[in-house]
Amino acid sequence: MKLIIAMIQPHKLPDVKKELYKSEIYKMTVTNVLGAGQQKGYTETYRGVLTEVNLLKKVRLEIAVNEDFVEATIEAVKKGARTGKIGDGKIFVLDLLRCIRIRTGEEGVEAIG
Amino acid sequence: MELSTVLDTVWILVAAFLVFIMHAGFAMVEAGFTRAKNTVNILMKNFMNVSVGLLLFFLVGYGLMFGKSCRGFIGTDGFIIDIIDPYSTQNFAFWFFQAVFAATAATIVSGAVAERIKFYSYLIYCAVLTAVIYPVVGHWIWGGGWLSDIGMIDFAGSTVVHSVGGLSALAGAVILGPRLGKYNADGSSNAIPGHNIALSALGVFILWFGWFGFNPGSTLSASSPAVSTIAVNTAVAAAAGSLSAMIFVWIRYKKPDASMTLNGALAGLVSITAGCAVVSPVSAIIIGLLGGVLVSISIDLFDRKFHIDDPVGAVSVHGICGILGTLAVGFFAQEKYAALAGFEGTSGLLFGGGGGLLLVQFIGVISVAAWTLGTMFPLFLVMKKAKALRVSRDEELKGLDIEEHGMEAYGGFQIFQND
Repeated sequence: MKLIIAMIQPHKLPDVKKELYKSEIYKMTVTNVLGAGQQKGYTETYRGVLTEVNLLKKVRLEIAVNEDFVEATIEAVKKGARTGKIGDGKIFVLDLLRCIRIRTGEEGVEAIG
Repeated sequence: MELSTVLDTVWILVAAFLVFIMHAGFAMVEAGFTRAKNTVNILMKNFMNVSVGLLLFFLVGYGLMFGKSCRGFIGTDGFIIDIIDPYSTQNFAFWFFQAVFAATAATIVSGAVAERIKFYSYLIYCAVLTAVIYPVVGHWIWGGGWLSDIGMIDFAGSTVVHSVGGLSALAGAVILGPRLGKYNADGSSNAIPGHNIALSALGVFILWFGWFGFNPGSTLSASSPAVSTIAVNTAVAAAAGSLSAMIFVWIRYKKPDASMTLNGALAGLVSITAGCAVVSPVSAIIIGLLGGVLVSISIDLFDRKFHIDDPVGAVSVHGICGILGTLAVGFFAQEKYAALAGFEGTSGLLFGGGGGLLLVQFIGVISVAAWTLGTMFPLFLVMKKAKALRVSRDEELKGLDIEEHGMEAYGGFQIFQND
C-alpha cells in the first residue's frame, strides 16, 4: 500500500480530478497549502508598491492506493497538473504501513478500496 | 428663492444621495454572491460604473436623454452642461438625480458577467450604455419622448433602469457563455456558491434603503402628496417579495434559502418601481408577492433550463421583474393614487380603466426590449469576435483579482480551491 502526496497548482485541481476519475480513482483528500520549490515567488502590487510573495498557494492531494493503482495515479496527476512551467509541483510516494476503515474496522487492501 | 423650490431641491438631492449609495449595495451583493478570487474585480467594475457612468452622462447622456427632442426619439442639446437655471427645480439637483439613475442601470450588468469578463471590455460596455443606450430609453419615457406621449407610465424606472440593465445583462451573459465548471456535459448545472452571504445581505439592505430615494425621489418634489404613499409602497413590496421568494423556495427545495430570499426582496423592489406612484399599498403587496415568486422561477429557468449563467440573478431580478413591474401598472393603476402623483384619469385593467394602459405598457416593454437587445447583443458579439471579451481559461481558474488587477481582495487569507 502506498500513500501518494502531490503538490499541484490550485487552478489545475479540476483537471487533475478529471484525470483521476478517468482512471477510476475517486478517493482523495485535498488541502490548501502554501509552498514553493523552484518557483521562488511572484510580484504583487499594492498601492503602487511591489511586494514579493514567496510562499505560493498550492493544493496538496493525498491518495492512499493499493500497489496496482500506484502508476495509474501518478500518471493521472502528472497529466492533469502539468502546464510545462516552473511551479507545476511534485509527487511523493510513501510507504503506507496500515490502513483501517473506521466504520467497519476493515484493514489493509480492502480498506483502501 | 421660494420655499417650495428650496424644499424640492433638498429632497431631490437627498434622494439622489440615497440612490448613489445603492452602488455600495450592488457591490456588496455581487461580491458576496461570487467567489473570493474575483472580489477585487467585482468591486472595480462597480466602482467604474459610478465613475464612467457619471462622467459620460455628463458629457453625452444627459443631452441625449433630456435635450430638445428630435421626433420623440432622441434629445439633441444639453451636452456638457455649463449651468442649469439654479433658481428652478430643474437645476443641477435634477441633473445629479438623473445621473445616479444612469449609473445604477449600468451597474446591473456587472453581476451577470462576473468572474469571466475582461475588465476593459466591461468598461467599454459601461461607456456605451450610459452614453447612448440608456439615455435613448430615458428620452422615450421621461425626456418627453414618444412613449410618454402615448401615455406609458414608468414612474421610477422599472423599464428605463431595470429592464435596460437586466436585458443588457442577458445579452452579456449569453454572449460570454457560462463560467467554467458551471454546466456539465449531461446538461446538469453545478452550484458555484458565493463566498460571503453576509456581504450579500448587507448589500440588499443597502439597496432597499437606497430605493427609498429611488422611488419617492422620483416625484422630484417634496410637496407632492404622493411621496409618502410611494415610500410605503416601496417598503411593503420589498417585504412581500422577500417573503414570497422565501416561501416558494422553502416549499420547492425544502429549505428557506437565503440567497433567493435576498433576490426576492430586490425583485419586489424592481416590480414596484414602475407603479409605486399609481397603485395602492395592497396592490403593491400583491405586486411584490408576484415579483418574489417570478424571480425564483426565472432564476431556476435561466440556470437549469436555458443554461444561461447569471451568478447573481441580475437578468431575473432586473430584466424579468422590470417587465413585470411595467405591465403591473396596466393592471393595478388606481385613479385615486395616480391623481396624487399627477396622473389624473389613470386606471388599470383591474380598476375600471380598461386595457388601454396595459396595451401602452406592453408597447413600451417590447420597444425597449427590442432597442436594448438589438444594441447590446451586437456590442458584445463584436467584442467577442475581436477576442476582447472573455478571459482565458487559466486566468478564469486562477481568479481575476491576481490576473487582471495584480492584487488580492483578502490578503493574508487562504482562499480555498475546492472545485
